[in-house]
Amino acid sequence: MASNYRGYRPPQGMVSWALHRLAGLGVLVFLLLHIVDIFAVGYGPEAFNDLLFIYRHPIFRAGEVILVAGLYYHALNGIRIILVDFWSKGWKYERQMFYAVVALFLLSFIPTAILMLRPLF
Amino acid sequence: MVQVPTGSGPDQVSAAPRSARRAPIPRVGRERPTGSNFELYSWYFFRVSGLLLILLAVTHVVIMHVVNTVDEINYDFVVDRWNSPFWRGFDWLMLILALLHGLNGARIAVDDYVRPRGWRVFAHSVLWSAAIIFLIIGSIAIVTFNPEAVVTAGR
Repeated sequence: MASNYRGYRPPQGMVSWALHRLAGLGVLVFLLLHIVDIFAVGYGPEAFNDLLFIYRHPIFRAGEVILVAGLYYHALNGIRIILVDFWSKGWKYERQMFYAVVALFLLSFIPTAILMLRPLF
Repeated sequence: MVQVPTGSGPDQVSAAPRSARRAPIPRVGRERPTGSNFELYSWYFFRVSGLLLILLAVTHVVIMHVVNTVDEINYDFVVDRWNSPFWRGFDWLMLILALLHGLNGARIAVDDYVRPRGWRVFAHSVLWSAAIIFLIIGSIAIVTFNPEAVVTAGR
């Protein structure tokens, strides 16, 4: 007999929270790296341009797309958090707002990812 | 965590008088901190800097990765960009806000996961040191950048 159990489904608030933290810490790691590489600009064109091979590497370029995904999600869910905190009806619609975040994320991220990877096409 | 019933809101109970029917608003999201001023300011800083960073960081990503790609960005691109005080100011504000917002987030994560007191002190020290060091090297990069000085020093 088939069971009605469809597996553990974490609540939306938990998923949004976990993704928010993961995306935030990921963007932070990139930010620290980015501050270090921009410091090389003060050492002149050779030093800086030599370092840019990192950014042109295929793995790094894939990483950049993931970085943008993290940034967009963190930004959109951040708006949701602010609405929950400051909009008097925010608590009521936090789940619907999570679905809006997912929809807006896909609408903004997919075109951005295509444009970022356009040299590949 | 979130305990908002679906469909059947608190207004369903209708026998009691209106004032008594109003259920307390459930706590959703991270509670506004009380007790410590630092935590309250940190709470507000996340939200204010977050809103500004949406503008700054998303603009930055669109300019660097959508309008241009990493293939077009090189030393001359940076010289051109930092010729303008507007973009230097833009980048500096973004640096300060992003670094403090990000490291403050890491601090919250440390408080959630690092329990032993010694490790906690260590992790907080690392984060505060990183904040100071990266603010300094980032500011030096943005504020003191002078392409003419670089060229003459290289000759």
